[in-house]
Amino acid sequence: MGLQVFWFIAIAFLWTGFFVLEGFDFGVGMLHGVIGKTEEERRVASATIGPVWDGNEVWLIVAGAGIFAAFPSWYATMFSALYLAIVLLLVALIVRGVSFEFRGKRDGAAWKRNWGRLQGAGSLLAPLLIGIALADLLHGLPIDTSQEFTGNFWDLLSPYSVFAGITLVLLCLLHGATYLSLKTEGDLRERAHRLARRFTLVTGAAVLVFGIWTQVVIHHGAFPDFLTVAAVLAIVASAWLLVERREGWAFAMTAFAMAATVLTFFIDLYPNVMVSSTSTAYNLTVQNASSAPYALKVMTVVAVIFLPVVMVYQGWTYHVFRKRLASPGAPATRPSASGTGASPAAAGGAPVES
Amino acid sequence: MQPELPSAKMQLHEPSKGLTAGRTVTNLDLARLQFASTSIYHFLFVPVTIGLAVLVALLQTTWHRRGDEAYLRLTRFFGTLLVINIAVGVVTGLVQEFQFGMNWSAYSRYVGDVFGAPLAIEGLGAFFLESVFLGLWLFGWGRLSPRVHLATIWAVAAGAALSAAFIMAANSWMQHPVGYAVVNGKAQLTNIWAVMTNPVFVWGYLHVLLASLVTGSAVMLAVSAWHLRHGSQVEQFRMAASLSLVVLLPASLFAMMVGSHLGVIETTYQPMKVAAMEAEWESCQPCSFSAFQIGGGKNDETPTKIIAIPHLLSLLADDSWNGPVEGMNELNQQYQQQYGAGNYVPDVFIQYWSMRVMAYLAVVVFLVALLGVYLLWRKKLMTTRWFLWLAVWAAAIPFLMNTAGWMLTENGRQPWIVQGLMQTNQGVSPSVSATSIWMSLTVFVLLYGALAVVDWTLMVRYARKELAPAGGTDEHDLSETAMAY
Repeated sequence: MGLQVFWFIAIAFLWTGFFVLEGFDFGVGMLHGVIGKTEEERRVASATIGPVWDGNEVWLIVAGAGIFAAFPSWYATMFSALYLAIVLLLVALIVRGVSFEFRGKRDGAAWKRNWGRLQGAGSLLAPLLIGIALADLLHGLPIDTSQEFTGNFWDLLSPYSVFAGITLVLLCLLHGATYLSLKTEGDLRERAHRLARRFTLVTGAAVLVFGIWTQVVIHHGAFPDFLTVAAVLAIVASAWLLVERREGWAFAMTAFAMAATVLTFFIDLYPNVMVSSTSTAYNLTVQNASSAPYALKVMTVVAVIFLPVVMVYQGWTYHVFRKRLASPGAPATRPSASGTGASPAAAGGAPVES
Repeated sequence: MQPELPSAKMQLHEPSKGLTAGRTVTNLDLARLQFASTSIYHFLFVPVTIGLAVLVALLQTTWHRRGDEAYLRLTRFFGTLLVINIAVGVVTGLVQEFQFGMNWSAYSRYVGDVFGAPLAIEGLGAFFLESVFLGLWLFGWGRLSPRVHLATIWAVAAGAALSAAFIMAANSWMQHPVGYAVVNGKAQLTNIWAVMTNPVFVWGYLHVLLASLVTGSAVMLAVSAWHLRHGSQVEQFRMAASLSLVVLLPASLFAMMVGSHLGVIETTYQPMKVAAMEAEWESCQPCSFSAFQIGGGKNDETPTKIIAIPHLLSLLADDSWNGPVEGMNELNQQYQQQYGAGNYVPDVFIQYWSMRVMAYLAVVVFLVALLGVYLLWRKKLMTTRWFLWLAVWAAAIPFLMNTAGWMLTENGRQPWIVQGLMQTNQGVSPSVSATSIWMSLTVFVLLYGALAVVDWTLMVRYARKELAPAGGTDEHDLSETAMAY
């Protein structure tokens, strides 16, 4: 296996990791305002991802930088072609990122409410735009012989791409609701539970349609491939596991569905990295867009050393913050252990044994 | 050797001219304006993050060692200020990472093989470390053992400092490209160690680290001085003031010394940058240092030198009493022979004054630190109210210096985007319209402006708060510290 192929797989892995992790962050961001009836509940819902969202978002940064390092032409063409979409994406990510830190820093109800809304909007817009952007790679954009984009903003919004964006948003909603049902207690957990079950049907259908549509786009007939079927089955399984109250397993299933959907997409994209709708001769491929062997070798050594280490300490974070959070007043809340009169919702909610 | 580039068919612009009247604003101008403004903004937050992270780690270490609760309260207090800044620093860093491909696609295509590697290594080796451990530190009070929790803040500090290392390695390659070969019209990495041991990088990175410590400690000093002036929690804030002064004094001294040596290195690799910052049109030997002059704009070769210090420039640029410095006219002729017709002189006005703003202010900061340490030693810090007032306002100075330093180094590279390899006007994205860049520029200016207002109000608000009671280290007690969300 050549290093070019290895790096294509590495980048597919980074995007997959990004969506499996940041996917539920996006979902929680979109849903925390819906399932939290009071400001306190909204804060608790949002705090379930407090310790982890920042580290999760780094997967996106590394995925982007990995494309730059391993496939400079892919990075150059993609980011300049998707210019306005990326401006919007950056606005969404910036607003969402600061909302976590800024929201709790003032008392006013309007202040908290507005940052909560901005967090919701950013969390919706980000997966929608990334979905559109990734789908454009496969669906094709007007690209000329010198690998330059020749279209305009509206060329980015093909029906297939928009549908891909919506599918990703739905996956994030399901993934996030399941995560919330796993990480909260009491009323919040119940509401998250109900929402997650409701999302399974529409998300499963969207993933199936997206899988079929992708096959049509790449002229492989109209049957979904194996991974798409597996993703849909995982969503069905998550619905059943939710009913059985096995939220941990349900979450594993939604994570699998997310991973399978994103992976299928990259498998179907290969060996192209950007399809040209002008002429297939102008397609950017893993061969013609990549860095030279030496740079790829350096990057491979770095990735092989660092990525496992990162996954270990990031995994450890999830172990440290494995407890459920409960809002104050919820029946399951353990009384404040310290008794110093401080609010038990200090970190967005008291931990309780699950 | 000028590389063949897809964008070469584009209309060639006169290099390194700002937005001047009577000339249409080009994509190049807009892309440069956007990169300059977003980078300067981003770098307001980066040094304060790197510096404060180290100082907060020092505070927590002191608490860990001595068990004095005051240090725990200070850790949380300054930790909150750190977190407010990290938030903006992180999200504006996203823009920097994506902007190369958005506005500088021809550049990215040309250098990605070399330039992409340090960026990717930054993400994998540094940014993950900083972000993951920040979450652990913020939410790990009471859940992690004190020792492990202390390690997490050091991991955050290390991640932030390492992050700057790889960015500086990438930037230094643009100043002085090493470890590459041009193959098929693109730069290719041939030696990663050469990139990571580039002398411009080694000294430039050290300079940035020291400047970050200066920035972080100046902010900590200002906040402490404000509290001392208002008589709030004098005992605790005296501790913070002491720590910040003890860091600020050596950091500001070493930053000047390293910066001075960086100037000598740049004289070797980027003589035009140094000639322009000294407004030396003609070669000289020995060379006097122009401390202040009037005029001397881009095309004004006869500025009125008000103060000129004999031999000083020879010393600064060449480390010798009678050293020569090549003038811009001579260098320009050399470059024309080497690279073809063109004007290779950067904007002299920006060079000359950004260097002086940075250097003169560095002396001011050093004197403030010296005075502060003296007052601390004589136990007069608390009673010298004018110094406390001065120390509050002095916090603005490192931010001006950092900005001036980047303008000096980036403007001095013009008209090159990669010194000697690619000119800036060849690096812009051919497929992005001026309308698109106008839109993104407007969006970023508005968004960044709003963020600045929010960040500033929060910083002032939290900087003026009283220290929260220490309570336990249980997370239940953290509501007062506003550390959690």
